[in-house]
Amino acid sequence: MLDDRDRQLLEHVQQGLPVCPKPYAEIGAALAMSEAEVIERLTRLKQKGLIKRMGVIVKHQELGYRANAMIVWNVPDNLVKQLGGHISRFAFVTLCYQRPRQAEWPYNLYCMIHGKDRATVLAQLEQLNIACGLTGFDREILFSRRCFKQRGAIYQRESGFSRENRG
Amino acid sequence: MVSFLARGHTKQVYKRMLTPLHKQLLNDFQRDFPLSSRPYQDIAITLGVSEDKVLSALTELYDNNFISRIGPIIPPNHIGVSTLAAMAVPEQQLQAVADKISAYPEVNHNYEREHTFNLWFVAIASDAGHLQAVLDAIELETGYKTMSMPLLNDFFIDLGFKLDLHNA
Repeated sequence: MLDDRDRQLLEHVQQGLPVCPKPYAEIGAALAMSEAEVIERLTRLKQKGLIKRMGVIVKHQELGYRANAMIVWNVPDNLVKQLGGHISRFAFVTLCYQRPRQAEWPYNLYCMIHGKDRATVLAQLEQLNIACGLTGFDREILFSRRCFKQRGAIYQRESGFSRENRG
Repeated sequence: MVSFLARGHTKQVYKRMLTPLHKQLLNDFQRDFPLSSRPYQDIAITLGVSEDKVLSALTELYDNNFISRIGPIIPPNHIGVSTLAAMAVPEQQLQAVADKISAYPEVNHNYEREHTFNLWFVAIASDAGHLQAVLDAIELETGYKTMSMPLLNDFFIDLGFKLDLHNA
């Protein structure tokens, strides 16, 4: 589905589109690609669903959405998909994943809610619990405190763990 | 160009200085960003302003840390593999341990959360072997065990996030 040029392009554009009149041309120049090729590849990747969305990625916290909770549930495996699909339909949900349980962590369904304050997030969670039928399942609410790092994914290939600050 | 950078102002004050153009740029272009030769000009035409105004407003949003970037959201596990890892770290060592973990280029999110497992980070790599090697290196360097929960299913259809900016 993805060739090496697609990967190079995604890795580059994930770091952010330059704010200048011809940003795709500028990205292309760094990758020895024409502007037309950059646009064509990104358009195709979007059509194929390999780009979920293309656009402005906001910093919730800086814009007044101070409360961010990760909620985890332990639900029967045969219900995960159905419940995950239902949870994802709520506008205040910003992520929804299935992950494997671990010895010290029995939870398999994860969602993230961003809200202006804790009370709002808790009220939204209550709404979700009732609408999706989640009240009977064990769950934990993990509000975030400090954000140490947040940036777009960069797919490291080289081994040796070169540190960012050392290049 | 509006400057938000006056020192001594609180974040509340910055927020009140968001112009209608800033708000439109924040809310209306989270998806379907134009894939055209002059995307900012296309946006400018849609909004009835000049391309220069759009470019300056976006620069202001960047300078004030209101946007992380303009770019693609890529569904997980299509390129490479990722995992969410958790650690239980004593409070007095948390910052130091978090800094060590954040220094890895494979780590893209790293948060403190309210729980015994108080440090949560996402690591991503091109293959499972490299990802495991990163987790091993982190455990060795920090001296704390990681609990790793790789992604199995992504249910989320990302359409962006509708920001309520009416008080901003």
